[in-house]
Amino acid sequence: MSATAHHQDNDFLFKYIFSTDHKMIAKQFFLTGSLMGLVGMLMSTIFRLQLGYPGESFPILDTFMGDWVQDGVLTPDKYLALVTIHGTIMVFFLLTAGLSGTFSNLLIPLQLGARDMASGFMNMLSYWFFFLSSCVMIASLFVEGGPASGGWTIYPPLSALPEAVPGSGMGMTLWIVSMALFIVSSLLGSLNYIVTVFNLRTKGMTMTRMPLTIWAFLITAVLGVLSFPVLFSAVLLLFFDRSFGTSFYLSDIYIGGQALEVEGGSPVLYEHLFWFLGHPEVYIILLPALGITSEVVATNSRKPIFGYRAMIGSILAIAFISFLVWGHHMFVTGMNPFLGAVFTFTTLLVAIPSAVKVFNYLTTLWKGNIRFTPAMLFAIGLVSTFITGGLTGIILGDSALDINVHDTYFVVGHFHIVMGLSGTFGMISGIYHWFPKMFGKMLNKNLGYLHFWATMIASYGVFFPMHFLGLAGVPRRYYANTEFPMFDNLYDLNELVTIFAIIGASAQLFFIYNVFYSIFYGPKAPQNPWESNTLEWTTPVEHIHGNWPGEIPEVHRWAYDYSKPGAEKDFIPQTVPLSPDEIDESKEGIPIPGE
Amino acid sequence: MTELLILLAVLVGLIALGKLIRVMELASKLKGENSWEATDKDHKYQARLMPIFLLAYFAFIIWQIVEWGDEVLPVSASEHGVVIDNLMETTWIIIIPVFIVTHILLFYFAWKYAYNKNRKATFFAHNNKLELLWTAIPALVLLILILYGLSIWNNVMEPLTAEDEPLEIELYARQFDWTARYPGEDKQFGEASVRLIEGINMLGLDSADQNAWDDKYVKAEFVLPVDQPVQFYFRAQDVIHSAYMPHFRAQMNCVPGMTTRFNFKPTKTTEQMREITGNPEFEYYLMCNKICGAAHYNMKMVIKVVAETEYNNWIAEQKPFLAVEGLEEKASSDAPATDSTQTKIEGEELSAQL
Repeated sequence: MSATAHHQDNDFLFKYIFSTDHKMIAKQFFLTGSLMGLVGMLMSTIFRLQLGYPGESFPILDTFMGDWVQDGVLTPDKYLALVTIHGTIMVFFLLTAGLSGTFSNLLIPLQLGARDMASGFMNMLSYWFFFLSSCVMIASLFVEGGPASGGWTIYPPLSALPEAVPGSGMGMTLWIVSMALFIVSSLLGSLNYIVTVFNLRTKGMTMTRMPLTIWAFLITAVLGVLSFPVLFSAVLLLFFDRSFGTSFYLSDIYIGGQALEVEGGSPVLYEHLFWFLGHPEVYIILLPALGITSEVVATNSRKPIFGYRAMIGSILAIAFISFLVWGHHMFVTGMNPFLGAVFTFTTLLVAIPSAVKVFNYLTTLWKGNIRFTPAMLFAIGLVSTFITGGLTGIILGDSALDINVHDTYFVVGHFHIVMGLSGTFGMISGIYHWFPKMFGKMLNKNLGYLHFWATMIASYGVFFPMHFLGLAGVPRRYYANTEFPMFDNLYDLNELVTIFAIIGASAQLFFIYNVFYSIFYGPKAPQNPWESNTLEWTTPVEHIHGNWPGEIPEVHRWAYDYSKPGAEKDFIPQTVPLSPDEIDESKEGIPIPGE
Repeated sequence: MTELLILLAVLVGLIALGKLIRVMELASKLKGENSWEATDKDHKYQARLMPIFLLAYFAFIIWQIVEWGDEVLPVSASEHGVVIDNLMETTWIIIIPVFIVTHILLFYFAWKYAYNKNRKATFFAHNNKLELLWTAIPALVLLILILYGLSIWNNVMEPLTAEDEPLEIELYARQFDWTARYPGEDKQFGEASVRLIEGINMLGLDSADQNAWDDKYVKAEFVLPVDQPVQFYFRAQDVIHSAYMPHFRAQMNCVPGMTTRFNFKPTKTTEQMREITGNPEFEYYLMCNKICGAAHYNMKMVIKVVAETEYNNWIAEQKPFLAVEGLEEKASSDAPATDSTQTKIEGEELSAQL
């Protein structure tokens, strides 16, 4: 694995660029993903300006955005373009590649006691495909007609016909190319994660001794491997429809002054294929965030995560059910109502394992000894957003209720809170927690506190009022709410949301500054700053290839022996052997059949 | 120039921030602390912020309800909508207490169990009974919601039959407007095809199909008689649109290449709704709710719900397809030779009726 890397340590190109070392690749994913996330966030503030102050002129936009704005006002076409690329970037580039790419890469080998990923080369390829994919996506902003503008779900025929919207020209082609590269990256990464988890665990690291982070990353990877190829086929067929005159998704269309020679296809087919990825994708985002939170909450509560096996069970249950619920995005597409009923049933089932997770987090906090690190704050924030957003999911998942809130701002509020905020909070929490492991330096806590509270307040300020917009019947993806008198009284709501969006975006400056300042000037990290049990804190602070200078340590216990009665300290690392009369907690709890 | 100043201000701000961190770091160093480890003071203050945040969060929600609660959609103007609203209310009644209790627990625990170096956390790793309890309770509650929801869903989506004597209307979507088509006296929609779209015949109605001759279509505004079930058919010309009629709790996508359906029975006239809402300018709207291009946000139709007699007067005033198109003559001369006589006769009958 690291055979090629050893003699290249001093070579800048191979150390920082074409590295096959999982720790460097994790950092590459982190920086690229976060940079993309920043672009996505800036886009949202720009279109929020239009929504909060419809038609008002912001001359500053003229300077940066050329003909996307006219007289300081974003054009409707480019509003849709921004919404589309914002969604694409946030869902895929930040919260899929940025989140899994960073933490699966960093933590799987370190927490399992492996010298590196199963295939370092594949891992490097995974990053470079991701990098290419990011470049293509950004490049699509600059082509004629602008980038894809059909919403991040790119439903045909809108996305298939350049006559329908300018972004469906070259911009859409690049979107498809970018996603194809992205899927390759995701598959290379996921296969690697799965193989590594199954084959490269150190001695004593049984499946039930793995930290919940690893369980979450493993199941996320399985979800990715099973669902991303379906998206690939979906966009491939779309590509054929666009470029080779097929009609998989097109039928009976009259546009641009003529009837098209397309017959027999159905856009609903695309919707099925898309959401077969699209829904598991939600959990591809959520599970790693929840895994990170489990680790952070347990460590900082100085308490074992409550119901370790139930947590694994709920991860497995969520993952399984997530493949059977895609139709809840399609209740009003004209899909057979019987299917709608089936999907309502499966969708509401997801609430059960989700509830178990929430109650287990709460019980973990109960009678804990909570250390308020910035990571812990973001983890608590995640539990709050997961509850808030999850509960409104019960409304949206119920087909009868969905009829009236489908595609309104109620949905926007719901998924931004449960997926966007939870995913982001999980990722940020992870960065605060494992920054010492990534960069060997410590982040400043006071900036962290500022960052958390500003973000937390602004987040709810942005997304909570959206529920009211939705209940008032405001559709999403509207360039302005000025055309319907029934929305006139909601002007101040939109303005408030925009103000909070700007505050929230600005608050990220604390984080960005903290990260870059600390990478260069932060205090050096101690060996085990959070007094954690897991294996990654036994590796040297300065990264070395192969992670451990000598033998890989052996594991003797699960990862959650915090505040164990009889122990002197409030944590016992996994490498410490069990004393003769000590219970192996990894064998406790809900019995597993066949164990 | 302004941009430059803003950029400069941001830069200065960042530098100031950097200096501030440096000062904080040096200060904590002097106190023998470091810049990353949470101190007793930090635990104390962060813990206090927990209940404060919780109260602020709840207060913010209450404020929003006061401020915008009146802006949510008024009472449903359709029969099934009332049933849906009841389900919604039931769901809220279940959700809100869960939201409040879990949030109180979350932030209370966080405040109550803040770090104290003299205390040790309670080692509490498993309890199968508890686990079972909070798996079973949500399962039970959700089962009720699922059964309740599905019974409503099945009723709402049940197509109308001839016994219901529905009024049939086709809503036709294209970039960026709506057309409503009524089947006319014969209660039969004429055939249509995208290949026949030409000039003013923007629905592509087939003039050779006699069912189409008396079809009536309107733009900008369409009218429904109150208390009569309406069977809607939806079609689209170019991309996917979605017919969203929020006041009636009705929504269905319009998909090119297929016909979709939805039905409801309006129960309140526009006038009645104006009284209920206290807004003399209140209108029902049909809006597009599936991203369809630049003017998506402005693709709408006004829906007027009126008494039956008023509806009958209105529909009688609308011109049928044949008259709109000026096809009377064309129909007689172009009709296929085999049934030209029949066509002619019916064509004349139609003209006579007009």
